[in-house]
Amino acid sequence: MDLSLYFTRQDLWGILPEIVLLVGALIILSIELFARSQRAAMLGVGILSLVIAGGFASKNFGSSFILFQGMVTLNDYSTFFDLLYMTAGIVTMVISYNYLERKGGETRGEYFALILFATMGMMLMTRGNDLVIIFLGMELLSLSLYVLVGFLRHDVFSNESAIKYLLLGAFATGFFLFGAVLVYGTTGTTNFQHIASAITNNEILSDTLLSLGIGLLLVGFAFKVALVPFHMWSPDVYQGAPTSVTAFLCTAPKAAGFGALLKVFLVAFPALHADWQDLLWALALLTMIVGNISALVQTNVKRMLAFSSVTHAGYLCIGILVLNEMGVSAILFYLLVYSVMNLGAFGIISLLEKEEKGVNFKDYEGLASKHPWLSASLALFMLSLAGFPPTAGFVAKYTLFSSAISEGYIWLIIIAILNTLVSVYYYVRLIVNMYMRTSEETLVPFLHPLLSVVIFILAISIMFFGVLPGWLIDTVTQAARIYT
Amino acid sequence: MISDYIPILVVFILAAGFAFAILALSHILGPRVKNSVKLSPYESGVDLVGKTRVRISIRYFLIALLFIIFDIEIVFLFPWAVVFKDFLSFGWTIFIEMAVFLFILGFGFLYVWKKGALEWE
Amino acid sequence: MVVPLEHVIILSGLLFSIGVMGVLFRRNVIIIFMSIELMLNAVNLALVGFSRYHNNVDGQVFVFLVMTLAAAEVSVGLAIIVALFRNRQTVNINEMNLMKN
Repeated sequence: MDLSLYFTRQDLWGILPEIVLLVGALIILSIELFARSQRAAMLGVGILSLVIAGGFASKNFGSSFILFQGMVTLNDYSTFFDLLYMTAGIVTMVISYNYLERKGGETRGEYFALILFATMGMMLMTRGNDLVIIFLGMELLSLSLYVLVGFLRHDVFSNESAIKYLLLGAFATGFFLFGAVLVYGTTGTTNFQHIASAITNNEILSDTLLSLGIGLLLVGFAFKVALVPFHMWSPDVYQGAPTSVTAFLCTAPKAAGFGALLKVFLVAFPALHADWQDLLWALALLTMIVGNISALVQTNVKRMLAFSSVTHAGYLCIGILVLNEMGVSAILFYLLVYSVMNLGAFGIISLLEKEEKGVNFKDYEGLASKHPWLSASLALFMLSLAGFPPTAGFVAKYTLFSSAISEGYIWLIIIAILNTLVSVYYYVRLIVNMYMRTSEETLVPFLHPLLSVVIFILAISIMFFGVLPGWLIDTVTQAARIYT
Repeated sequence: MISDYIPILVVFILAAGFAFAILALSHILGPRVKNSVKLSPYESGVDLVGKTRVRISIRYFLIALLFIIFDIEIVFLFPWAVVFKDFLSFGWTIFIEMAVFLFILGFGFLYVWKKGALEWE
Repeated sequence: MVVPLEHVIILSGLLFSIGVMGVLFRRNVIIIFMSIELMLNAVNLALVGFSRYHNNVDGQVFVFLVMTLAAAEVSVGLAIIVALFRNRQTVNINEMNLMKN
C-alpha cells in the first residue's frame, strides 16, 4: 500500500484556494478574539483572502485536474464558478460595511469568517465529483448561511427567517441525503463517473430505487435553489435576513445549487436525463408562473425580488432541461449576470435601508430627484432583471431561450416570454416610483466611496456584458464544453 | 454458533464483576456521612420530587450544544487511531492530517473559551 | 444470521417517512428538529445496510460525516431557537408569521 496514492502534492495545490480561505477565516476570528475593534482589518483580511484565493483558482483556467482519487475535479467549469462565488463574496463584504450597525446590530468577525466558510462550501459543491463532497459542500454552505441569516439576533424578523431557513434547509438535506444513499445503494459507489458507468453497464440493484433516489436528490436541490413547489421558504427568508446577507443568499448559493445540479445530471446521470425531462419541464413551468404571479402583488421590495429570483430559477431550469453545450453555457452566462444584477439591486437597497424604512415600494418615491446616480443604477439593475436590451439581462435571456428553441421547446419558451413580459410590471413599478412620483421625505443613502465604486462596477459590467457579451460567452462556452 | 457469543459473555462477566468490585470497595473504604442529600437515591443531580416543568438555565443549553460539537469529533479520531500505526510507516502524512484537524478544533475551543461561553455566570 | 437488505431498506424508509410526517405535522420547533434528526438517522441506517451489502466501506465513512453534520446542525439550530425564544417567548411554528403580506 502506497500512501502517496491517497494524498499527493498535486491534491494540496489544487485545494490551495480553500486553504487560503480557511486561513483567512481563522485570522479574522483571531482578530475578533484579540482586537475586537479592528473591524476594518477584518474586512480587509476577508477581501484579501478572497482575492488571493481567486488568484490561485484562476490559475486553473484552461487545465484540468482530478484530485483526491476522483473526489474533486478542477477544470474551467469549476473555476468559472469559483470566481463567481468569490466575486459575490467580495461584493457582499463591501456592501455589509456598516450595514449591520445601521440595523442595530454589530459586524463581528464571525460575519466575515462565515462568508469565507460559505464560499468554501460552494467551491466544494461545484468542484466535487462525488456525492459525499457535494453533500459536505452543501452543508458547509447551509450551516454558514443559517447563522448569517439570523445574524441580527435581537431582530425578530432575522430570528424568524433563520429558523425557517434552518428547518426547511435541514429538511431538504434529509431528502438530498436519502436520495444520495439510494443512488449509492443501487450503484455501489458515490463517484459520479462510476455511477454513470454502472448505469450504462446496467449494473444497478434496482431501477425503482435508483429513480426514487434521483427524485429525492432533485427534491433536495429544488429546495436549495427554490423551485416551485419547494420555494415556500425563500420569500420569508429573503425578507427577514439582513439585506447584505440576502444579496449573498440569492446569488452565489443559487449559482452553486444550479452548478451542482447541472454537474450531477451531466456527469452522473447523463443516460437518464431523458426520463426526467417531463418533470423538469413541469418544474420550470410552475416555477416561472408561480414566482411571477406572486411577485406582482408584493409591496415589499425585498419580497418582490425574492419572488423574482424564484422566477429566474424557473428560467434557469429550462437550461437544465436542454442540457447541451448551448444550454449549459447559457445557464453559466445567466447565473453570472443574474448574480451581478441581484448583488447590485440588493446592495442599493441595503444602502437605503434605515430602521423600518427603505424596503417598501412607497419609500422609493421621489428618490431620483435627490440621488440621480443611485436611482439610475437601481433602474439599470431592474431593467436588466426584466430583460431589456441592451443590458446583460437581455443577452442572458436571449441565449437561454434560443438554446431551448433549437431543441424544440417552443411552447415552454412562449410561456417564458409571456412571463418575462408580465415581470416588466413589477420591475418597472419601482422605476416609476423613483422617477415619476414625488414625496416630501426621501430615503437618505449611506454612501461610502468603496460602496459607490462597487455599485458603479456592477452597473458598468451589466452594460458591458449587454453590449459586448462576446468574451464572456466564449468563456462560458469553454467551461460548458468540459462536460457536454 | 453459540460459541461465537462466548467473548460477549466474558465481557459481560468482566463488566459486572468490575461494577460489583467498585461498589464493594467504596462500601468498605468510603467514609460514612449520613445526611438527607447523601441518603437520597442518585438522580443525576436533579431533585427527586418536584415539578417536572423546571426551567433550565439557558447556559445549560449553551454548554450542551458546545458539548455536542466537540464530542462528535471522536468519531473521526477513533478510526484514525485504529489505522495510525499501519499508516505511519508511509510517512507523517497521517499525523499531520490529524494535527491540522485538531488545530482547527482547538482553535474553535479557544474561541469559545475566550468568548466566555464556558463561564457559568 | 445476515439481515436481508430489503429489511434494512424498508425499516429506514419507514423511519424516514415518520421523520417527514413529524416535520410536516408537528408544531413545536424542537420536535420538528427531532424529526429531522430521525430522517438523518434513517439515512445512516440505510447507508450501513448498503455498505454491508456492497462490501464497500464508503457508506460507513459517509455515516461519520452525516453524524457530524447532524451534530453541527443541532448546535446551530438550538442556538437559533434560543435566540428566537429570547425575543418571542415561543417555539410554536404557527406563531412565526410576521412576514406575511
